[in-house]
Amino acid sequence: MKFLTTNFVKCAIKTCDSSLEAFPLQYSECELVQEEQEFNPEFICHMLDRLDWQAVIKVAKDLGNTSLPPNKPEDIDPIMEDSQAILRDLHTLLVETRIVEGKMICRNCEHIYYIKNSIPNFLLPPHLC
Amino acid sequence: MSVPSIAIEKALEPNFQEQEFVHSVYNDIASHFSQTRYKPWPIVEDFLKTRPDYSIGLDVGCGNGKYLGVNEKLYMIGTDRSDGLITCGHEISKGQYNVGVADGLNLPHENGKFDFAISIAVIHHFANEDRRIEAIRHILSKLRKGGELLVYCWALEQENSRRGYKDGDEQDILIPWVLQKKQEKKPKVKKQRKSKKTAIENQLDSLDLKATEPKADEMEETKIEEEKVQDEQKAKEEQTKYRYYHLYKKGELHENAIKAGGSVVREGYEKDNWWCVIKNE
Ligand SMILES: C[S@@+](CC[C@H](N)C(=O)[O-])C[C@H]1O[C@@H](n2cnc3c(N)ncnc32)[C@H](O)[C@@H]1O
Ligand SMILES: [Zn+2]
Repeated sequence: MKFLTTNFVKCAIKTCDSSLEAFPLQYSECELVQEEQEFNPEFICHMLDRLDWQAVIKVAKDLGNTSLPPNKPEDIDPIMEDSQAILRDLHTLLVETRIVEGKMICRNCEHIYYIKNSIPNFLLPPHLC
Repeated sequence: MSVPSIAIEKALEPNFQEQEFVHSVYNDIASHFSQTRYKPWPIVEDFLKTRPDYSIGLDVGCGNGKYLGVNEKLYMIGTDRSDGLITCGHEISKGQYNVGVADGLNLPHENGKFDFAISIAVIHHFANEDRRIEAIRHILSKLRKGGELLVYCWALEQENSRRGYKDGDEQDILIPWVLQKKQEKKPKVKKQRKSKKTAIENQLDSLDLKATEPKADEMEETKIEEEKVQDEQKAKEEQTKYRYYHLYKKGELHENAIKAGGSVVREGYEKDNWWCVIKNE
């Protein structure tokens, strides 16, 4: 599961829908791999628009990275050189970093979901559906 | 091809019916099924290729993820109940597809976040009309206002008329899937079969037991799961598995979409399926 995906998943339990705590999930005991991927600055730039930056910061912190700026980088233009450097760093974080094993915990209901072989599993036990 | 479809027993508990006649079957047939699923259907392909660049979307019940790579300028997350099929998708794409195991009625996403979604040949597996409508409503809830959902469901009116529609035909049926004997060429030492019963006999046996006492043999199921993994090879011998489908009549999907609170912006019939593009109003 790519880091990027952590920005688009939350607790699947319906009663957590209205809780601000259910997103992002808390990532714990995670095993990470870095894997080189083709760099597409346009893609990163557009994704940046859609990202919940506070969630990016939270998850990065769970995974031991506290070096992100507190605010979302602005005025990014893939043609500019300093933008390029930022986009490259983001590419490394969002696309090249994967969680292969680990736990995702809902901060609201404390339900634990697992990532195994890079695949997150959000199926709920029958009493929580 | 010669194995006929059969009507499903009425009034089974919906979760039980879906577990027995959908989820466990897809896991059993996953690798074989996945090999048959690589060609995108033209209207689905077109829908994906006409999304604005860098839109974000969902594929609910994505199977082996065959639609996740159609348009590289989209960011898509595919989920499916079958971990077997999700694993196929992960492997086929060498980890490139964004996939997860999830239930279509309990999606792990924020509401109102996505630009579009597809759900191809999935909704017809839900056990009753309320659940089919709820599934559409639930997917729509994940879309932003104006976001579009493309749904495909199998039609009762099938062109090649293997199951040609007549008024009053059974719409809730079990469709056979015949697992082929062996896929690899290397000769393998054959293991002894533990049971001579056919798959459907086993299913019908377990049906009688479980319909009255659904919880009683969860342990047994786990055991069966484990055996299944150990005996993957064996599973490739010829077997017939039955999947439950609700076959959609003309106009029915449209009605479901309206009841789910959406509006239908385009619709049609392709390859034995009814399809609708449903807008989240
Ligand atoms: C006929 S396959 C279609 C797969 C894929 N959409 C395609 O077009 O190739 C139906 C899929 O629906 C999935 N499915 C059935 N019920 C589901 C549910 N409640 N939630 C999520 N997926 C489900 C099955 O596991 C299976 O992968
Ligand atoms: Zn929760």
